[in-house]
Amino acid sequence: MRQLPIEGQLPFYLSKSIGGMILLEKLNKTYPGVQPLHVLKDIDLSISQGEYVAIMGASGSGKSTLLNVLGILDDYDTGRYLLDGKLIAGLSEKKAAIYRNKMIGFVFQSFNLISFKNAMENVALPLFYKGVSRKKRNQLALEYLEKVGLRDWWHHYPNELSGGQKQRIAIARALISQPRIILADEPTGALDSRTTDEVIQLLSQVNAEGITTIVVTHERSVAEQTKRIIHLKDGYIESDNINIPSLTACSK
Amino acid sequence: MFDIDKWQEIWITIGRNKLRSLLTAFGVFWGILMLTLLLGVSNGLSNGMKSSIQGIATNSCFFFSGTTSEPYAGFKKGRRWDIRLSDIDLIRSQVEGVRDVAPVVFGGRGTDNVMYGDKLGSFNVRGNGPELVRIEEQNMLYGRYINEIDISQKRKVCVIGKNVFSAFFKEGTNPCGLLIRCNGQYYRIVGVTKGVSNNISLGGRSDDMVVLPITTMQQLYNQGDVIHFFGVRAHDHYDIAKLEENIKDILKSRHQISPTDPQAVVSINIGEMFKTFMYLFLGISILTWIVGVGTLLAGAIGVSNIMLVSVRERTKEIGIRRALGAKPSNIISQIMTESLVLTALAGFVGFTLGVGILALIDQIIANAPADSDIFLQQLMIDFKVGISAAAILLFFGLLAGLLPAMRAMQIKPIEALSEE
Repeated sequence: MRQLPIEGQLPFYLSKSIGGMILLEKLNKTYPGVQPLHVLKDIDLSISQGEYVAIMGASGSGKSTLLNVLGILDDYDTGRYLLDGKLIAGLSEKKAAIYRNKMIGFVFQSFNLISFKNAMENVALPLFYKGVSRKKRNQLALEYLEKVGLRDWWHHYPNELSGGQKQRIAIARALISQPRIILADEPTGALDSRTTDEVIQLLSQVNAEGITTIVVTHERSVAEQTKRIIHLKDGYIESDNINIPSLTACSK
Repeated sequence: MFDIDKWQEIWITIGRNKLRSLLTAFGVFWGILMLTLLLGVSNGLSNGMKSSIQGIATNSCFFFSGTTSEPYAGFKKGRRWDIRLSDIDLIRSQVEGVRDVAPVVFGGRGTDNVMYGDKLGSFNVRGNGPELVRIEEQNMLYGRYINEIDISQKRKVCVIGKNVFSAFFKEGTNPCGLLIRCNGQYYRIVGVTKGVSNNISLGGRSDDMVVLPITTMQQLYNQGDVIHFFGVRAHDHYDIAKLEENIKDILKSRHQISPTDPQAVVSINIGEMFKTFMYLFLGISILTWIVGVGTLLAGAIGVSNIMLVSVRERTKEIGIRRALGAKPSNIISQIMTESLVLTALAGFVGFTLGVGILALIDQIIANAPADSDIFLQQLMIDFKVGISAAAILLFFGLLAGLLPAMRAMQIKPIEALSEE
């Protein structure tokens, strides 16, 4: 993959024109301890609505911490984080839960489905916390299962499904509350190459519908399916490049 | 938030580890069962006591003459003395707080001393006035009790107890107006009595007694004005203990007895006895609550413990829920409801079984003959007691859920999710 000339800067054509979905300004995060660990160092990042971004980096580079901060699962120390124009800082647990529920869809490496709920109930769970009636949320869950091609499997429990199916169900669950962004943490880490393609295709499809999608991965092949690749190293943004599939194809 | 899903989840978590839930629930079940049984039995004991004391005026006291134990006024110790009718008159008219004074004299009891027709029987004979029923209450099965006219005219009439009646007469015959022979004299029967109290009587059970007007008896038996014992009933709210002391002092001074003599005047204070019993039952009741609530608390701690384990096991699940937008209040309410359901269910079963067992015992007692000396009666839990037991149970259920819920709330979604 060839790097574009504007290294370490925001893609100029996205930064202001559409309006930032995610805006990080001089964001710092340190894990306290005997030897404090400075994991995120002065991160500046802007991601616009509808972008499809991969975050790459070696383990310990801070990519998971960054994802946690983006997903309002973790706090940061200094700087600013704006999500869809709202300042995310010092939120109460309750407020954070509401924001997560409304704005963010999570996809995890280990799927994190609830084992004693069937596919439909798993997909419907975020709506339960939104206060949607049982009938309506189950109906919606079936619609989203249809979208990921698993409607006929609605009554199956997670242990009766393959890894790829589980991840597709997890994606349906992430989508059901119509979030502004999808955060996927190593979504293909536990999958073989064939199901990896299925899942990545599904994520691309989600992104094509206009949902900002951020994928943390260390697999180059996965990252190359996205439109922008951010490399983290030791808590800094090492590079931030637009990924043009044709260029990637050429380099192969 | 009364969503069917929530209840479903509670069922699933309780059902996922059936044995553990069952053992946990057993602690609470046992606690509430013990509390119910203990309360029921102590209630039954107190009911039994109350019913046996029923018909006896509780603010009353009985006096006998004893033997002096101190030399006084030129008399040596060991002297016997008698209560006189003049003492009675004085007490009735002069002592403050006295409501009724009932003097009693005894006649002899010999073999086959009572006779009707060709039937014979051995019964006690007693002489007293109409006041005695105000201390030891009687139900009239037939006729009337001794009255003032009987006393003043020294009539040769008698009132017989129900056992005397059944020894001589067929059930259903009215014996009033018939003559019965008692210690060689004939008396006209004017009434049949049955004591209200089964277990307590003074000077013999009135059910086994032929009662004559006291004046008739004194004259026919040539007893002079000696009184064998007398009962005193105080006015309501008047301290019977104080009255007891006053009367003792009066008797002592009138009969040349040392004021410090502890045993020359014998008295049985029903009020004090009653009070002692009441304190005893209060003590039993308090002990019951302490033991019962303690057992229940132990059960609740068991629930809490198991819930803590359950929360730890479900750390990841709770983390997922948090990530998907569960508010802390959602998690707390889920854990609390789970604990409440477990406690309430176990408690309900324990309570039902306890009440069932009490009802069974009660049934057995009710079927036993009425005169038998069973001290338990109506082993039932008050509605109010039941409600407070339920309230305590629910409170403990909430308490049991509190610690696990706090623990669950402290689970950070990232930590839970990174745990593999």
